[in-house]
Amino acid sequence: MTKHLVAGALRLFSGSVARWQGCGPELKQRVYFANHTSNLDGPVLWASLPPPVRMLTRMVAAKDYWSASRLRMKLACEVFNALLIERKKPTPECNPLDDMVNALGDRHSLIIFPEGGRQTTPEPQPFKGGLYHLARKRPDVELVPVWMENLNRILPKGEILPVPMLGSVTFGMPMRLEDGEPRPEFLTRARKAVMALRMTNV
Amino acid sequence: MKALSDPALLYLLGGTLGLLIVASLIGFALAKKAVTDSTKATVANLNARTNAWWLMVAVFATALMIGPLGTTLMFGFSSFMALREFITLTPTKAGDHRTLFWVFFIVTPLHYSFLGTGWYGMFAIFIPVYAFLVLPLRSALAGDCERFLERTSKIQWGLMVCVYCISHAPAILMLLNIPGFEGQNAKLLFWFVTVVELSDVMQYVWGKLCGRRKIAPTVSPSKTWEGFLGGGATTVGIGAALWWATPFSPLQAAGMAVIVVLMGFAGGLVMSAIKRDRGVKDWGGAIAGHGGFMDRLDSLSFAAPVFFHVTRYVMDA
Repeated sequence: MTKHLVAGALRLFSGSVARWQGCGPELKQRVYFANHTSNLDGPVLWASLPPPVRMLTRMVAAKDYWSASRLRMKLACEVFNALLIERKKPTPECNPLDDMVNALGDRHSLIIFPEGGRQTTPEPQPFKGGLYHLARKRPDVELVPVWMENLNRILPKGEILPVPMLGSVTFGMPMRLEDGEPRPEFLTRARKAVMALRMTNV
Repeated sequence: MKALSDPALLYLLGGTLGLLIVASLIGFALAKKAVTDSTKATVANLNARTNAWWLMVAVFATALMIGPLGTTLMFGFSSFMALREFITLTPTKAGDHRTLFWVFFIVTPLHYSFLGTGWYGMFAIFIPVYAFLVLPLRSALAGDCERFLERTSKIQWGLMVCVYCISHAPAILMLLNIPGFEGQNAKLLFWFVTVVELSDVMQYVWGKLCGRRKIAPTVSPSKTWEGFLGGGATTVGIGAALWWATPFSPLQAAGMAVIVVLMGFAGGLVMSAIKRDRGVKDWGGAIAGHGGFMDRLDSLSFAAPVFFHVTRYVMDA
């Protein structure tokens, strides 16, 4: 109930329209990967999924941000069902990648932001390797590129108060890691797939 | 519910409902006759528009029935949504963020609260004087000078059109004191909104039926002389025939309808030029078949202030 209310409020406030351009909303296991400019990105992407898909989709988010206050912690754990990860350098005991693979399990999907942090540049930054490793460990999971439009204008980095601009979330064509595709080529291809969605977005 | 006790308002509402029923029946018949894909698409859009009209009429009528507060809130909400669409299409920068927060959550509600309390003086100058001077100060304090004048102008312009101009429609209800017409302003507001929107609809219908010569092909390919003159004349005729709902004589009502048609046309054309420059067809997608809030309020935003002030000058004590 709370989840539905929060999702509805997020959609209303961000004015977000979900455009399923390259695929439909399906219950397949997927990794949604998107450009990252605002703290609202994860929650809005999560909210724009239809309820049955949303229930099985977990947003991967930075532990330092989401555990900073009790309210954030409550939202992250009880509403968004977030998977909180450390942004520090991984150690054998604490590797966020293993957490992500475990979180996928046999029915969950993930939302990740491969740039690693929120950017203020117009173009997304080069992707970090996590997406590649996920693709290698779980070749059965569909990788769906997503473009988040205008979220940086609704709640830019460094601001607390949002402005009710109209955002949109565009889902592209699912992709997979090709046989023997090297890591840099794959990450560039993934980044281009996200950016390509912006062009058709006007 | 006081408004309901006036039979003239009931006739206006009844007439509008009759018109909607006829439009829905025509749409239903056209949908059965349509064969080619392009006519099917046109008819589907026409029917989506008619369905949205049902909803818009229901919302507007309910607001009027609730009274001044309901009407002020409804137009305030419409202004907010129109401004939202306007600013979304306007390239602003991170340095404008806090200014925009002020525009949406402080200036707009304050302006409508002056309207709600009937404070005419403040309503008339709050945005053109106080907001005009304070908003660029907020942007300057944010420290980003790149394209400063351009960014500031765009925010100001959006605020003027979406909030200041649109708010002059509910001002017809709230701020006009016409001798011998006390307590009946709801009818005049209904007449004004009906004439603005009929003008849009009639120009669309005439344009679709016999539009040939484009008025400003680079701005709006759908605006034709045939549509403008035919639709305008029809609207002025209807506006004059409804003079009994206004404080005007039939001739005066025709004259006021001419003003509304001309200003409405100007609003449609100017807002089209902005859309074209931004490379979009519609302001948003909030109202099925119509586009965004601003697509339905573009004519009204230009017509309302002029209609309000001419009426005030001519009629107000």
